Amino acid sequence: MSRTIIPFGPQHPVLPEPLHLKLVVEDETIVEAIPALGYVHRGLETLASIRDYNQMVYIVERVCGICSCIHAMCYCQGLETMMNVEVPSRAKYLRVIWSELHRIHSHLLWLGLFADGFGFESLFMQFWKIRERVMDINEATAGNRVVISVNVVGGVRRDLDKTQQRWILDELDKLEKELRQLMKTMLDDYTVKKRTVGVGVLTAEQAIQLGAVGPTLRGSGVAQDARQLGYAAFDELDFEPVTSPEGDSWARSKVRFMETLQSMDIVRQAISRLPDTELAAKVPGKPTGEVVCRVEQPRGELLYYLKGNGSKNMERVRIRTPTFANIPPLLAMLPGAQLADVPIAALTIDPCISCTER
Amino acid sequence: MYMLSNVLRNIMGKYSTRLYPFETRPAYEGFRGKLVNNIHDCIFCKSCQIKCPSQCITVDPKEGKWDCDPFACVYCSVCVDACPTHCLSMENQHRKPAPSKFVVSLQGTPRKSKKADKSAEKPAEAAAPEA
Repeated sequence: MSRTIIPFGPQHPVLPEPLHLKLVVEDETIVEAIPALGYVHRGLETLASIRDYNQMVYIVERVCGICSCIHAMCYCQGLETMMNVEVPSRAKYLRVIWSELHRIHSHLLWLGLFADGFGFESLFMQFWKIRERVMDINEATAGNRVVISVNVVGGVRRDLDKTQQRWILDELDKLEKELRQLMKTMLDDYTVKKRTVGVGVLTAEQAIQLGAVGPTLRGSGVAQDARQLGYAAFDELDFEPVTSPEGDSWARSKVRFMETLQSMDIVRQAISRLPDTELAAKVPGKPTGEVVCRVEQPRGELLYYLKGNGSKNMERVRIRTPTFANIPPLLAMLPGAQLADVPIAALTIDPCISCTER
Repeated sequence: MYMLSNVLRNIMGKYSTRLYPFETRPAYEGFRGKLVNNIHDCIFCKSCQIKCPSQCITVDPKEGKWDCDPFACVYCSVCVDACPTHCLSMENQHRKPAPSKFVVSLQGTPRKSKKADKSAEKPAEAAAPEA
């Protein structure tokens, strides 16, 4: 049968990100997917040679519009390791709280987009209605909805007082109740399952071999989460990586749904154990040496390579975002799928192309 | 069945959204909405200009001018933390959409006296070790 190439993106109704795939199809079955990236390169890494290392905290936050706090946290942790700064334990817990709030709102955003992807508009609105309240928590506690700018090298800039802690716990209880009501619709609905079960299957061996990260990896049954490294205060909190062995789109959406509930639990734990210390440590000197830092983003494992040469500018900031690692698994899960299932399969890796190209 | 009852409830019930811009939610207390400078207390030390990650602030100590481009500002409030006289602050009000870009330009009195003091002090300091 003759082959045709159908372009997917860079402009596609299912996702606003400029993801471009050239789909080689036979009839309506995908034979091969060829990625083409490079539509939104912004040169953020190069800015490290112009701005000083403290200003870079606010620049790396803007690598990703959704998981901004976690980018800044990774960068700060890398610099703290490089400069041997002991971060106060309250700052570590506050970082956990804000990064988990970011994970909650990122996963809710994705769950909504996913529902929109298979055409379930009212479910999409329900998820975003819940998400809006998480954004309100961010605005009230950190000063902004998305790019919250709470991290500095050495600690955090904002504190949570007792009233705010109480309010966050109350809100999370309500949100969890509302989210649990949607669980059956998202994971056990006949129509939804028709679109997601068995679409874009990635086996555990493939996932490990191709270097999948985050929910894409855990959706194939591999219990691996960068939070297990115990950065910030994660070594003192109880959690197990959420996994699902099926390896299809349904499994990945289940992992994200369960992780949202898990993140709410982690926030509760962190608030209950919040120690009473100062917020930020003094940072002496300029960064010298090189360091690699890894954290878990909503989309997967994020890696920063930092190199300092003793001046106020960093010599090199290299960022590897989770979507970059998840593109090879996406290309492996597409062959054999139907053309109509490509948007669903592509969405399940939660592609963030702006992150990937920086 | 939850979605069916939920959809009906949403049709019959109140709106989940607000009728923006006629109805707005008041901003939370700690919200970083608008950068304001109390120019009378400003000493034009350039701390804000140096620390600003987006380089939206320009300070001219000679003329006593403080300019801020609110469309380049990222509202991180680093300048507020860096300000030695606490003349910079963040107001918790949401920014309105604007039809055209503008620069907030504030004119204060330049600190001539301190400069005169400095030039007077310098020879004295230089003279002191010699003596």
